[in-house]
Amino acid sequence: MTTTTETYRPPPLPSLFATTTPPPTLLTQGAEAHLYKTVFLDASTPAALKIRPSKPYRHPILDRRLTRQRVLHEARCLVKLIREGVNVPAVLAMDWEGQNGESGQGGSWILMEWIDGAPVRVALERWEAWLAKNKGLAEQNTPQYQEGTTRVRDLLRRVGQTVGALHKAGVIHGDLTTSNLMLRPWKADAEVALEAGECPSVDGDIVLIDFGLAGQSASDEDRAVDLYVLERAFGSTHPRTEPLFPEVLQGYRESYKGAAGALKKLEEVRMRGRKRSMLG
Amino acid sequence: MIAIGLESSANKVGVGIILHPDNGDTPQVLANVRHTYVAPPGEGFLPKDTARHHRYWVVKLVKKALQEARVSVKDVDCICYTKGPGMGAPLQSAAITARMLSLLWSKELVGVNHCVGHIEMGRAVTGALNPVVLYVSGGNTQVIAYSSQRYRIFGETLDMAVGNCLDRFARTLRISNDPAPGYNIEQLAKKGKRLVDLPYTVKGMDISMSGILAAIDSLAVSYGLDREAKEGEGDDVPTLDAEGNPNPTRADLCFSLQETVYSMLVEITERAMAHVGSKQVLIVGGVGCNERLQEMMGIMARDRGGSVFATDERYCIDNGIMIAQAGLLAYKAGFRTPLSESTCTQRFRTDDVFVGWRD
Repeated sequence: MTTTTETYRPPPLPSLFATTTPPPTLLTQGAEAHLYKTVFLDASTPAALKIRPSKPYRHPILDRRLTRQRVLHEARCLVKLIREGVNVPAVLAMDWEGQNGESGQGGSWILMEWIDGAPVRVALERWEAWLAKNKGLAEQNTPQYQEGTTRVRDLLRRVGQTVGALHKAGVIHGDLTTSNLMLRPWKADAEVALEAGECPSVDGDIVLIDFGLAGQSASDEDRAVDLYVLERAFGSTHPRTEPLFPEVLQGYRESYKGAAGALKKLEEVRMRGRKRSMLG
Repeated sequence: MIAIGLESSANKVGVGIILHPDNGDTPQVLANVRHTYVAPPGEGFLPKDTARHHRYWVVKLVKKALQEARVSVKDVDCICYTKGPGMGAPLQSAAITARMLSLLWSKELVGVNHCVGHIEMGRAVTGALNPVVLYVSGGNTQVIAYSSQRYRIFGETLDMAVGNCLDRFARTLRISNDPAPGYNIEQLAKKGKRLVDLPYTVKGMDISMSGILAAIDSLAVSYGLDREAKEGEGDDVPTLDAEGNPNPTRADLCFSLQETVYSMLVEITERAMAHVGSKQVLIVGGVGCNERLQEMMGIMARDRGGSVFATDERYCIDNGIMIAQAGLLAYKAGFRTPLSESTCTQRFRTDDVFVGWRD
């Protein structure tokens, strides 16, 4: 039996950002990367800094190969999508070798445009909270309820269109969840409207973020798996909105020519899932 | 309360007796005995031969366990056995024995999911409360987290189990299966230095092993290592290629295979930890004995501010006591397996089990 516990400290920032004022603030520690908010060129331009620290548990050669490969994949996908006019954060700067990578510090990083918005997850949670609070409106099918549903349907359609644009450009996201879809701009004043019994606003553009697992592919199979991941994410995080999920697929269907093939494949993928019984 | 557990899902047959003190103290292992069927080098264990081995040993082991535990039959509350998953013929040995004992002693039966057995024993031995579980063995590779009365599978292998991949590579190199092919690969890997390039196949939360095995097998063939090591030939002395550069040795290949495959396991485990916000990892299953895997997991957990729990070979490798532990927990929660349903099955997913004994 072995147990190791030591106090945790985040890895040091790449030397380039060590002297930034104000210092970058850590937003989240994912499995693969640390996300910081910082500034670009001048103090008034916010930017997102995504650092992939080297993984000391891996063999150094393997670690360098993987980190380099993944950060380059991510950047190439983003650059390609910007060129194709898909809503994603622009790449401002990057270092794929990780300046101090070999000394076990730093790691590779990408500096990206700051997306000033909120995740679609938050927007849908607000809608579902409003639904829960105003049960009566839904039961009586009041104009407010209808208005709200129309807005959410429209939001889901825009989600479908954005994913369609992504696939049309030949990129697969690999981790489509409502946390990785941003709504820009985010209207905080909707909070006020919520109090007044109005349904919450879900206006804005959809921006895709976090391409850490992305890759380039144009096969129906990969596209269908991408959609399936999104569908499952809806099911587990937004059970009340899930019945409206077909709107996403409708938006997707209308967004590009090859969509029908991917949607047909999706039916197969649904049947397959990952539910193979294990042998042991 | 006292339960007896019978396990025979793969090449080990084991019997364990556990005591849960009535005052709620920690469970006590009264007996944990096991016998392993070892196949000759270059071969895997065949179901028919393995089952014959188990049938030969199981009664002896039950007697030995009762003797060691110093309990008589009337002290036993229930008989637990592995219902699945596993290999069909070997599984039947324990199922038949359990049924026989149940009729002979007039005790109730509890059919146990093998994977849940590993998890519950790991939790009991290490004291980890709500860990992300990496279950790695010859037949299973799963990353599991508990949520609302189920052990949910977050990631798993899409084709073969990690242990199976290691075992089959051991067969290619004609490494001995005694005490276990994976153990012998681990010892060889300690002498390896050079990392050869292998596919790295993490797909989201899942992994795939078949391409890695094919790649390393073909490397072994191309360096002429797919045979028994010759007398006097070191495992880590390289042959030279046409230009006088050293070729990878048997030790290097084992080293590279371990480094690559374990990195993949640690990566998906870390992803599950980040997803559910847990800081504890528990490693169970035969491959969980591997010290390099434990070391890598330890470094990952440390960097996340967490800790790793692992057990030694008594509990990592298939055993009867874990079946008794999980079975007794289910028994106390009111679960019974009637004689008419006391079957066994090769396919039995971890998340099919209703975990009535946890909140």
